[in-house]
Amino acid sequence: MSYLDDFLVRAALAGIGVALAAGPLGCFVVWRRMAYIGDATAHAAILGVALALALSISVSAGIMVVCLLMATAVSGMSGRGLSGDALLGVMAHGTLAFGLVGVSFLQGNRIDLNSYLFGDILAVSPTDLGVIWGGVLIILGLLWWRWSALLTSTMSEDLAFAAGINPRREQFVLTVALALVVAVAIKVVGALLIAALLIIPAATARSLARSPETMAVLAALIGAASALGGLGAAFAFDTPTGPTIVSLAAVFFTVSAMTRLVWGVRGT
Amino acid sequence: MKTLLEARDVDVRIGALRVLDRVNFRLEPGEIVTIVGPNGSGKSTFLRTLIGAHQPTSGTVTRADGLRIGYIPQKLQIDSTLPITVARFLNLPSRVGATKVREALAQAGVGDLAQRPMVGLSGGQFQRVLLARALLASPDVLVLDEATQGLDQTGSASFYRQIEEVRQTLGCAVLMVSHELHVVMAASDRVICLNGHVCCEGAPEHVASAPEYRALFGTGTQGALALYRHDHDHAHDEAGNCVHDHQEAHG
Repeated sequence: MSYLDDFLVRAALAGIGVALAAGPLGCFVVWRRMAYIGDATAHAAILGVALALALSISVSAGIMVVCLLMATAVSGMSGRGLSGDALLGVMAHGTLAFGLVGVSFLQGNRIDLNSYLFGDILAVSPTDLGVIWGGVLIILGLLWWRWSALLTSTMSEDLAFAAGINPRREQFVLTVALALVVAVAIKVVGALLIAALLIIPAATARSLARSPETMAVLAALIGAASALGGLGAAFAFDTPTGPTIVSLAAVFFTVSAMTRLVWGVRGT
Repeated sequence: MKTLLEARDVDVRIGALRVLDRVNFRLEPGEIVTIVGPNGSGKSTFLRTLIGAHQPTSGTVTRADGLRIGYIPQKLQIDSTLPITVARFLNLPSRVGATKVREALAQAGVGDLAQRPMVGLSGGQFQRVLLARALLASPDVLVLDEATQGLDQTGSASFYRQIEEVRQTLGCAVLMVSHELHVVMAASDRVICLNGHVCCEGAPEHVASAPEYRALFGTGTQGALALYRHDHDHAHDEAGNCVHDHQEAHG
């Protein structure tokens, strides 16, 4: 697999992989108005990094565990009507801050905090690539398997119950997928911008799609295009890769929104 | 035929709050029962407990074997970012096919909406699509939880006429919670007043014989309030078995 020796090829494959998972998952984040929950989960990843380093366990595992706890906590809160914006904000930024403080205690590990905050896609190793694609396939598998049930409980918990679906279980599936996507995407765009990769391609796909399925596929494609284009642009202009990918996604969104505005396409 | 739904001494607590207090209830095949009660009286919780979306803290809920429930919730909030057509919505969570979808929509009075996006529907169209969805299950009982909230009076009257029509065709039972008693009352076989516990229940004719109820038809939206006054006035026995005094004042 000599072509994997090229760091640019690895970077491209990592970016495409994360985008393919983040697009469809991001649709659910948008439909269920979970944007802030996605953000909070991603921010908690830094705390996971700190704990993993302190306990000398795998960083991906540390991120996974903390993100899973965070996503469960915040979605549990919203299920009980306790979710205030403020409380979510406290948890999101509290875990981020504690993570940053924790990592500073561990500077002996010569860890590059920036790579976790903003991503370091050019440093993706073949092993990282394996972890990323493993996670991506699990997320896509989960979404494929639960698609109808997820969609039904997204539209109405009561209708889901009436159809014999437990919306709490579907919520948990999304929670797991969210934690997974954070764990695999942190290397690509960093904790601060993961939520952007979930939301922006999905929001861009909205104006082009007439069914939930096409919206999910389009979101994945738009994300992949952003990843590839962003990688190229970052290389050409010598800009940080993760932010460049997200910037390009935002440009796509703006163009699609403008087109819709100019052509007067109705939002239905 | 056997009882479709039965609740025996059902208690539901949510946190420290006792939402339902020893509620007993039976629904027989083909019957139309309306549950009335003030806001926060546990009507929705009771419906949700009956269909199994909520577990009773104590007491039992029995559903007839293989009972098919067609549930019509209050208007859903579908996020405008979710692009989905009426036909696709009716094919969730499992595919039922174009023919059944067309039939159900026609039965619900909205045969021409199959390819329309859900987010563009009017309130009345939306509720009829929900009715069509409930009909797909060939239900033994239709359960409506304030299904006409947000519709104007004409809209909800016409929606209930549609329900009545469907019931005559299918012969299913109907169990509904409604504020709009003056609209649904005429069609109900039985009215139950719930306020945590069952305050009173009885045939609507009994209820209708009360002078307060006669005032109901003449006074439009004041009607429901008038009926509450009736339900909480225990001077007349024929309205049903009034259990005990009410502390709450309604209206």
